[in-house]
Amino acid sequence: MPSFFPYRFCPLGDSAVVAVFGDTIEDALNRHVIALCKKMQDLSPAFVTDLLPAYSSLTVFYDIHVVQQIKPGYISGYDYVCHYLENIFKQGVDTAVTEEETVVRIPVCYEDEFAPDMQELAKIKQLSTNEIVQLHSAKKYRVYMIGFLPGFAYMGKVEEAIAVPRKKLPQPVRAGSVGIAGEQTGIYPLSSPGGWHIIGRTPVKLFNTTGNDPVLLKAGNIVQFYPISRYEYKHY
Amino acid sequence: MSISIIKAGIFDTIQDAGRYGYRSAGINPGGVMDHFSAGIVNALTVNNINAPVIECHFPASSVLIEQDMMLAIGGADFSPSLNGVPIPLWKPVIAAAGSVLEHKRIRNGARTYIAFREKTDVRVWLNSCSTNTKLSAGGWQGRLLQKNDRIQMLEKHSYPLLHNGTAQVVLPWQAAIHWQEENEEAVGILPGPEYEWLDKESKKTLEERSFTISHTADRMGYQLLEELPYRHTNEMLSSATAFGTVQLLPGGKMIVLMADHQVSGGYPRIAQVITAHLPLLAQKKPGEPIRFRIISQQEAEEQLLTQRRHIVLLQHACRYKLEAALSLIGRDAYNRH
Repeated sequence: MPSFFPYRFCPLGDSAVVAVFGDTIEDALNRHVIALCKKMQDLSPAFVTDLLPAYSSLTVFYDIHVVQQIKPGYISGYDYVCHYLENIFKQGVDTAVTEEETVVRIPVCYEDEFAPDMQELAKIKQLSTNEIVQLHSAKKYRVYMIGFLPGFAYMGKVEEAIAVPRKKLPQPVRAGSVGIAGEQTGIYPLSSPGGWHIIGRTPVKLFNTTGNDPVLLKAGNIVQFYPISRYEYKHY
Repeated sequence: MSISIIKAGIFDTIQDAGRYGYRSAGINPGGVMDHFSAGIVNALTVNNINAPVIECHFPASSVLIEQDMMLAIGGADFSPSLNGVPIPLWKPVIAAAGSVLEHKRIRNGARTYIAFREKTDVRVWLNSCSTNTKLSAGGWQGRLLQKNDRIQMLEKHSYPLLHNGTAQVVLPWQAAIHWQEENEEAVGILPGPEYEWLDKESKKTLEERSFTISHTADRMGYQLLEELPYRHTNEMLSSATAFGTVQLLPGGKMIVLMADHQVSGGYPRIAQVITAHLPLLAQKKPGEPIRFRIISQQEAEEQLLTQRRHIVLLQHACRYKLEAALSLIGRDAYNRH
């Protein structure tokens, strides 16, 4: 069954158009955005230079010089791209489970050494650290989008019981750190300042510059964390 | 056959037109801050207009040129000189092996671009030679140019013009750098996806007052000192950003995202600098004022197309000029024989 969502277009300057499908974090909505992005990748029209699927929007970047060569003279480049997308969007898109939704299992060591904010979170949420580990690793999470840093996956939603607002001040975070912010969970692929509560670290590399596929996680993936010991982390 | 850095600049990198197609992996395009100047110095050195160039900030690197080479410098005026003799911007220059290129003082602008006809041999990562310093990838070893770096060149050409023993020859043609009838003062913007969040007064302020670029301005973004009256409390779901996106922070301050921006953000995108005016912005220094002017989508597109046409025409003209000059020299040399 093809899925449809109402949308609106707005320009992001003279070289990109944002298609906005909503303003909430919903799996069905996000699945629709990612399926449309995939469809655009498959079609790969010559004028498209880049695509950014987000929670509830798809941004299409285009090369105005290429558009200029193919569009009729009486419409702007922006209008041409919007019409093109409209034609794609009105066909709907099949969001039946795609290959992206294969489950990626990611080991996490939740021990103190790697979890600077675990105790604070336990205190705020009135839970034991074991309960937090249990809750965090029991659920499968959807990767809604990649952003912030290369390969940084915004995932959700975590159980209400462990959801916690961002920290007031960003602190240095080590690469591989697994954190929670609001109902989202994520992994820092690189060391960076960040405001998420860090409750563990994965030995898995999420980002590398050697191959042609620089990031491990992609929008639409399903992630399940599993706890490992400090020993397993060191010898991973 | 190479160039060597004999004194490091403060932030000099190899950049090309950018790395496209990887935003969905969170990897930004990067690339030159001023595509217009980079395009012109590439045209002057008969390169592809998107080819890699050296982007220099002031103080810029001093470069030892180890073989006979043709180069061009454009963008900010850092008073470039070869072997102590000043050389002009926007003109092709032939430098003899052993020449030293230096940049003495800053006259105007923020970023200068150096292109070589001989082409630097730099690392391509994900289809681009742009240096991503944060990821230590692409360009020259994924980092800033440092003292004693020795970059190999891909081509070698001989320049009979140098045979009378001169160390450098400035070729007698120059790139026109005015692509518009009038020189634009205000930076053209288009309303961003969240422009309508602004109240009337903020919309007015955005267009009417002048804003100062803060001292933290860099390749990632320019924060502006003056505030808009509007205060937002609404959360926005992370969505795409681009080079030139004007974000409004909760306190009323604005940030203009530049080449090394993050691919997405959660702050309202109140405006977007038109692509044709990004070079204007790229040549502004911290502390300098800027003004914004809202223009139409159509005008933004036309400006960008006009700008590109200017560079492409220049590229053809430069190629023709160089071929003519070299063949004349060849004939001359033959006649003398």
